Amino acid sequence: MLRISIDRLNELFDAAAEKQTLYIPVDREDGGAEYKKYEKGMKLSRSLNTVRSAKDFFFPQTEDLMEFRVDKKNIEVKDIRSEAEDFVIFGVKACDVRSFSILDKVYLSDPVDSFYKNRRNHGVVISMACTHPAETCFCTAFGIDPLSPEGDAVCRMDNDYLYISALTDKGNAFIEQISHLFEDSSETEEEFGSKYRDIFSRLPLAGLSTDAFGGDKLDEYFNSDKWGELSESCIGCGTCTFVCPTCQCYDIKDFDTGNGIKRFRCWDSCMYSDFTKMAHGNPRLTQLERFRQRFMHKLVYFPACNNGEFGCVGCGRCLARCPVSMNIVKVMKDLEVKK
Amino acid sequence: MQEAMIKRAKELLAEGIVNRVIGWKRGEFAYDSTPAIFETPEELERDFVYDDLTASNLSKYLIKESRKAGKILAFLKPCDTYSLNQLTCEHRVIRENIHVIGIPCDPKIDAEKIKAKGISGILGIKNDGVDLTIDTIYGKESMPVSEAIMEKCLSCKGKKHVTYDELIGEDGELCDSGRFDMVAELEAMTAQERYDFWRSQLSKCIRCNACRNVCPACTCEKCVFDNDASGIANKAAADSFEENMFHIIRAFHVAGRCTDCGECSRVCPQNIPLHMLNRKFIKDINELYGTYQAGEKPDSVSPLTSYTLDDCEASIVHERGTE
Repeated sequence: MLRISIDRLNELFDAAAEKQTLYIPVDREDGGAEYKKYEKGMKLSRSLNTVRSAKDFFFPQTEDLMEFRVDKKNIEVKDIRSEAEDFVIFGVKACDVRSFSILDKVYLSDPVDSFYKNRRNHGVVISMACTHPAETCFCTAFGIDPLSPEGDAVCRMDNDYLYISALTDKGNAFIEQISHLFEDSSETEEEFGSKYRDIFSRLPLAGLSTDAFGGDKLDEYFNSDKWGELSESCIGCGTCTFVCPTCQCYDIKDFDTGNGIKRFRCWDSCMYSDFTKMAHGNPRLTQLERFRQRFMHKLVYFPACNNGEFGCVGCGRCLARCPVSMNIVKVMKDLEVKK
Repeated sequence: MQEAMIKRAKELLAEGIVNRVIGWKRGEFAYDSTPAIFETPEELERDFVYDDLTASNLSKYLIKESRKAGKILAFLKPCDTYSLNQLTCEHRVIRENIHVIGIPCDPKIDAEKIKAKGISGILGIKNDGVDLTIDTIYGKESMPVSEAIMEKCLSCKGKKHVTYDELIGEDGELCDSGRFDMVAELEAMTAQERYDFWRSQLSKCIRCNACRNVCPACTCEKCVFDNDASGIANKAAADSFEENMFHIIRAFHVAGRCTDCGECSRVCPQNIPLHMLNRKFIKDINELYGTYQAGEKPDSVSPLTSYTLDDCEASIVHERGTE
């Protein structure tokens, strides 16, 4: 691996930001962390993760799609798409990087979402190995190696050095343009990982298993009598869906600007009463059905449509943020039908 | 305390006085209890928890629960009883269907404040009254209790229950925790400083609606912001000021009805001090119409929905509006 002393991190950021827009996680005054466009002197957050996930970069909360201008019987449709600028997201953890490939399965499969694809093409993902996981972490249950995240290039950081190695051409190009900052190191990915591997087995959720779930489990769980009890505390807010790196549902709405129409999309939440409301009304009338939808989607429907891959990456944000502390781990443990 | 609560709940179930109990269910960690309904002694024994970390206000659940068959036992902390009274006042709960046991309460611990200290991998939290000892996968940590107290408990109204059918332990006294001090600080700012403060806070909003949905004063069957037919349905901000408007409108809507229970700020995933908006309204009402505490009585009339000759004149807006 290549390495740079962590005292020189800002030299790295300065150099990278000179070549393209760079986003890094930074600490907020309120204790949370968030991605910010890098400006000289900003300090890399050492928090485990950002409050909002990194999906915002490819799937922003709101996005204009097109504009209409109506003049008597004529409707002029204006394509407002433009080429995204090149950007780098630095420090994405293994869970969030995996969420990108989950979002890809939705947005890059036919019909391809050109808005998403545009940003995906222009984004470079520099990931960061986790060395200090929280009790809410359970990415390993979904086959993610937090010490070897995916991405275009992967960083590993200890108290002295930041190590970097490329995984793709994009990652190679990123390192190439700032290669003068790095020196060679004999430390290997395996050596680095072996120092922290043990921590992950001590996590309280280390034993969580997905064995009881999957695309073929519809009948087993859809009519389970557990949903009533599980959903009764749910207040129907969208916190879990909005902090979730893999929740991908959106609503499309028209906004009358007074002299035209802007069509935009925005994140939607299956927890909301008007989610997927159609001409005949809403298909899920109770919070029980809405609550069930979210977890069935992640644990059954998504794997059914995507070769068994689950729609959760175990980042733990919903565990930390749900106002009533009801979450996918509690659902899995309660629902699980043991063979 | 937890044992006494379980014991009494089991008695009331056995006597048939109630058929359900609303309380807190033990979570995965030391701090993530979930509001839950218990129907059997076994469930109570296994899952019921009440400790320094069970902070959520159960009153709002009683809107739905009090309409179900049979009587429900609700364990309410002092501040939660204000919410229940206010809901009773607004005819949103059927009070006769609720058996309230007032429970004593010490300041609750906020796991977020522990985590903000960089403490991670939390396995257990012990409180000796002065310090917290936190057992983590990385070893033992400790911090002063005073630095981990939940925001809403820092401005505790007191340990007195304003409604109950029975009490466990002694009823406490009201206290003055200086809850308007921070409002006064905001008022002392220039208009621009205040605007900048709220813009920086409210622009963090992700519009998850957690504040609204947890709020015991937000009990509309269908919120205008969720209602397509209202013309102002608003799932996403059309411009960068709309999140600000959402919160300001919500604060207006609950003015005179907000009991200052602090749930809005507790649940905000972005740590926006939303309670400060509501508290400003409370302070204004106190100053303009005389001291009033929403939820103090089950039949009080809010100064904003009544009229007296002493009410301030509308011109107050202009008088106070200038710097």
